[in-house]
Amino acid sequence: MELPLTKDIPADGEMLDLAAYEKAGGYEALRKGLTLAPKEITETVKLSNLRGRGGAGFPTGMKWSFVPMGPSAPRPKYLVANADEMEPGTFKDRLLLEGNPHQLIEGMALAAFALEAEVAYIFIRGEYVVAAERLERAIAEAAAKNYLGTNILGSDRCLQVYIHRSAGRYMCGEETGLLNALEGKRANPRSKPPFPQVSGLWGKPTIVQNVETLSNVPHIIKNGPEWFKSLSRTADGGTKLYGVSGKVKRPGLWELPLGATAREILELAGGMRDGLKMRGFLPGGASTDFLVEEHLDVKLDFNEVQKVGSRLGTGTMIVLDDQTCPVGMVWNLERFFAQESCGWCTPCWSGLSWAARLLGAIEEGKGEPAYLDQLVYITRFVAPGNTYCALAPGAAEPLQSALKYFREDFELHLSEKRCPWRQ
Amino acid sequence: MATIVVDNQPYQVHPDQSLLAACLGLGLDLPYFCWHPALGSVGACRQCAVKQFRDEKDTRGRLVMACMTPVAEGIRISIDHPEAVEFRAGIIEGLMQSHPHDCPVCDEGGECHLQDMTVMTGHAYRRYEFAKRTFRNQDLGPFVAHEMNRCIQCYRCVRYYREYAGEYDLNAFSLRNQVYFGRSEDGVLESEFAGNLVEICPTGVFTDKTLKRHYTRKWDLQMAPSVCVHCGLGCNITVGERYGTIRRIVNRYNGDVNGYFLCDRGRFGYEFVNRPERIRRPLLARDGALVPLTAEEALKRLGMLLASASGMIGIGSPRASLEANFALRKLVGAGHFFAGVGEREHRLVGLGLEILRKGPARTPSLAEIEKCDAALVLGEDLTNVAPRMALALRQGTRQQPMELARQKGIADWQDDHVREVAQDERGPLVIATPNQTRLDSIATTFRGSPDDLALFGFAVARAIERSSQAPLEDSARHEQALINETARALASAKRPLVVAGISLASESMLQAAAKVAWALAKSNPQSAISLATPEANTLGLAMMEAPALESAAQTIREGSADTVIVLENNLYRRADSRLADDVLKRAKHVVVLDFLPSETTAVAELVLPAGTFGESDGTFVNNEGRAQRFLQAFVPEEPVLESWRWLARAMAASDRGEGAAWKNLDDVLGAMVSALPVFGPVRDAAPDSGYRMAGAKIPREPHRYSGRTAMLANINVNEPKPPDDPDSPLAFSMEGAPKEPPGALIPFFWSPGWNSIQATNKFQSEIAGPLKGGNPGARLIEPPSLTVPRQPADTGETTLLLRGPEPPAGVCLAVPLYHIFGSEELSSWAPAVRELVPKPYVALNPEDAQALGLAEGQIVRVAVATSSPPGQSKDGKEFSLALKLASGLASGLVGLPAGLPDFREPTMPAWVTISKAS
Repeated sequence: MELPLTKDIPADGEMLDLAAYEKAGGYEALRKGLTLAPKEITETVKLSNLRGRGGAGFPTGMKWSFVPMGPSAPRPKYLVANADEMEPGTFKDRLLLEGNPHQLIEGMALAAFALEAEVAYIFIRGEYVVAAERLERAIAEAAAKNYLGTNILGSDRCLQVYIHRSAGRYMCGEETGLLNALEGKRANPRSKPPFPQVSGLWGKPTIVQNVETLSNVPHIIKNGPEWFKSLSRTADGGTKLYGVSGKVKRPGLWELPLGATAREILELAGGMRDGLKMRGFLPGGASTDFLVEEHLDVKLDFNEVQKVGSRLGTGTMIVLDDQTCPVGMVWNLERFFAQESCGWCTPCWSGLSWAARLLGAIEEGKGEPAYLDQLVYITRFVAPGNTYCALAPGAAEPLQSALKYFREDFELHLSEKRCPWRQ
Repeated sequence: MATIVVDNQPYQVHPDQSLLAACLGLGLDLPYFCWHPALGSVGACRQCAVKQFRDEKDTRGRLVMACMTPVAEGIRISIDHPEAVEFRAGIIEGLMQSHPHDCPVCDEGGECHLQDMTVMTGHAYRRYEFAKRTFRNQDLGPFVAHEMNRCIQCYRCVRYYREYAGEYDLNAFSLRNQVYFGRSEDGVLESEFAGNLVEICPTGVFTDKTLKRHYTRKWDLQMAPSVCVHCGLGCNITVGERYGTIRRIVNRYNGDVNGYFLCDRGRFGYEFVNRPERIRRPLLARDGALVPLTAEEALKRLGMLLASASGMIGIGSPRASLEANFALRKLVGAGHFFAGVGEREHRLVGLGLEILRKGPARTPSLAEIEKCDAALVLGEDLTNVAPRMALALRQGTRQQPMELARQKGIADWQDDHVREVAQDERGPLVIATPNQTRLDSIATTFRGSPDDLALFGFAVARAIERSSQAPLEDSARHEQALINETARALASAKRPLVVAGISLASESMLQAAAKVAWALAKSNPQSAISLATPEANTLGLAMMEAPALESAAQTIREGSADTVIVLENNLYRRADSRLADDVLKRAKHVVVLDFLPSETTAVAELVLPAGTFGESDGTFVNNEGRAQRFLQAFVPEEPVLESWRWLARAMAASDRGEGAAWKNLDDVLGAMVSALPVFGPVRDAAPDSGYRMAGAKIPREPHRYSGRTAMLANINVNEPKPPDDPDSPLAFSMEGAPKEPPGALIPFFWSPGWNSIQATNKFQSEIAGPLKGGNPGARLIEPPSLTVPRQPADTGETTLLLRGPEPPAGVCLAVPLYHIFGSEELSSWAPAVRELVPKPYVALNPEDAQALGLAEGQIVRVAVATSSPPGQSKDGKEFSLALKLASGLASGLVGLPAGLPDFREPTMPAWVTISKAS
């Protein structure tokens, strides 16, 4: 089994430096990319069936093809690596950033060639201090060898890469909120169309792409789209970083073929801690619907997870065990989402804070039967289309599925006027 | 036009708008908050959700935000679909989560858009049971009160304040359901247009602080359409009165003039009307004291004066109505009527009028200025002189960036998209002034003395002429490069504009502006020229073509008159004090009609109490040459009367001419139009007093006006008969025609279910378009379009020749610096405005100050030089003033504040010497 993304990451927790990266075949794809026309790079990525790893799963090559090309295109064009990993339960990009920053930089360079972008930003979560420092070092190393900068390796391609450390808001992970934050504005989302591919950063064509997505690009260019597709067990190409958190024996992160099942991943995590049983799991981070026992053998890819009512999201699952209060867990999540609402659209800022208050009251034994109807109402109120961006609909996912799968737990809180899991 | 289907009903609507605007334009009730016709759509509040269906067969449909959805041919939507209705009520429930239940004690109650929309959606019961979020409020200065707990996070305030008005001290802080709209710390809001927040805010977060001090509900106000008196732009206002005092001013939409916005001087300057110092009774000077008279005694006295006068002259006023000026002219006779301004202003305004009349560049309305895509401002600090024009120019600089968005298929109303594409791009605006202006941050600037600025203007005109033959070559010289850049920007614009005025008293500057406009108009008929006029009726008075004050002084000196009647004028403000003395102190008898005491009333023998704009009917001609009628909001306590009525009564008392028979405003207007045909269109400014709707007059009071029978019960339990109004089709009553009156007669914007100012929507023929039946006002100046080449209005360049004579060593040129709060006579009487009036000062460029060894705050002696260029002050006045360092002031100039209430600056420009005060 090939593990292109993680195989070279040193086991000692240090970063793969330039020399080691080059030794492992690094920047060969970049050299190859310099011989390709922009269109050819995009076409290769398109054929590889690479889909965005940030949560939405949009086909990467198709996204790139929306960017206006040629001499009449607006300039400059921008590429942004979204390293603002803030989804609760998600820590996959951190490994790539800290362990193999050159892989990301090479991927960015190739993407920039494809888009004819001359400026790139890495928008990184403020707490990722180590990652940012290693990126800085890697960028300096790459620039020193002219993998970045002007006239890259004697070609006519140029790329400047800047690191922007986020001041820290969940909203900055949303593509357009990120762009506003990068422009120095409130991290409110923008409405689409126009899409960032046409009018993005400072009104110019911009591609925002997740770290893991970009990290795949050198391997696709180097080994070809067929190779990349063959890594996967499903129609979508490549491997995926899957993660597990919660009360399992060995929480962690594993690179597996896309389409691995939750059961396999849980086994890698050593199963539940002794004495605990799994009650459910959020397959792709905090903003995905709960799945339960019966879904353990569902292939975790973009389409299959959707068929059973959830989303692959970031592919990093949070496991709920039978000794943890599901109401308390959802309360915790909704408090997070309510806190992170940017305050722009009414359903989000009013609905999520209300939901968090209701859950808090239920958890503390002060709930009323009407609260459950109100929670159900709020999940409908913040449905996609009703809100300005996907934050609130995402926040509704764990809540609506918890109300579906763990309804008796909510009712127990109401009838006993306390949390049954607390002493 | 496009056909849209709303709840199965087809409608024809204009395609370039959002569904929300289209629905509102059709008169359909669809609630909204974050959208505003002047600000466009951003989709934040989600209040205007409707169901959209793919086609006739689609029964499920999906919720869309009407404000974010463009009108498209055949689009099918439903406002009444139960899901849409439920969702909209849900939005109100969300907005109301933390909203206080303080409507009965809230300043906004009764005219609150949130209240209206809550009722409209049917939301009545709030399910949210938890603690509300609360905030600390801020002191934002004398104009705007702040109560953040009422906020519903619609973002209209910051969008207006930052993006529309261009000031950045108001911001949105924090996030989630706790977004705080305020300043980083307490302090006076920096924008001169902050008062519009009161109307922009859909609820009671930002309210009128001056109203708070004499609070009255909207439904309890007696209101009338009026015109602002605090500069020459003629913004339309609604005046609200109760118990004989004006309680507040709100914007009165006029699609051609002020649109939705006023400046703070216009909104908050009204309190001069309520001052205790007001002249409320006729006063007779006797033995050094002023003795009150009854109206009859006063008229008798006036009759005696008129009968015994050996020659009588009348002095009009640029702040009095056409009717009042004409009545005085009638009383004294056309040959004895003088404009109440000095020769210099008289000549400048006359030249300006000539420029506007000759064209071929047309003078634009304020609404047209907003669409001008390139502009040159010569000499005017617009924010402080003609503030609303500065706001209009600011919008003009967005035209070219908007064009970029249009090219991407983005409509103007898609505000967030337009701003994403436009970013910080601005169209060309070049400002040539002696000192920095509040528009500088969006402009290219040129600094210099008035002569420098005029030369700059002439050079631009020449460059435009040259550019029509061959492209302008680049220049390394900074000045020439700027001249070329300006010429190119104007010549390549679709609707270029030149703005000038008389602030710096420079004829050359007006001539330069005319030259630029002429050069542009030769190849582009859309070219425009706008001149800022200082007072509400400056242009109207100029059109009467009466001679200046110097001629009045001459008449008195020659002994051909010994009696002077001064109309609503303090001559010491509008002329040199020596000239004012020449008129007033040499005359044997001085009669003054005015409403506040001044140096002029102080020397009068007889003072007659005149009504202010709120207490009178009349017509002003604004800088555009637009005649606009203002109607009485309330009848002042006798014997205060409209000036023209005093004068008509005086004519009756002394049996003089046809004026004796004038019964109402229409009679005065009729006589004026026959005597001065130039004012012919003035009668069209508003329907005459005989106009009726469905046989009834139009009520000035809302139908919920309360306490009618109780208001004066402490004085008399009999309910007094409402006063008659012989002058207008409006009634001092709550009874009358309920329908929408013609634009000039709208006493207040109200419509069933729409109690707030947002009811304006219901009075427009399309959203943000003209009022139904047309915007009010009648233009008196329409230059002939350019058909055959003609000479420009003036060939002033040759008369300017070179810069004026250089001052001798040690002497500097003093120029006037204007202040929105302070430089205007009447508003300075308003306590809230007075708080912001600067203390007298002298301004110097920091480098010049350093060279003179002077530091900020130091007391400096400023002496007007006794040798000065011709036509300039040489009266040897001396002042001791604190030094203010003004980094934006052109080097070599001295700035002195203009028109401050307690400071009589010399006539400027003037040569002055500067030295340390001993």
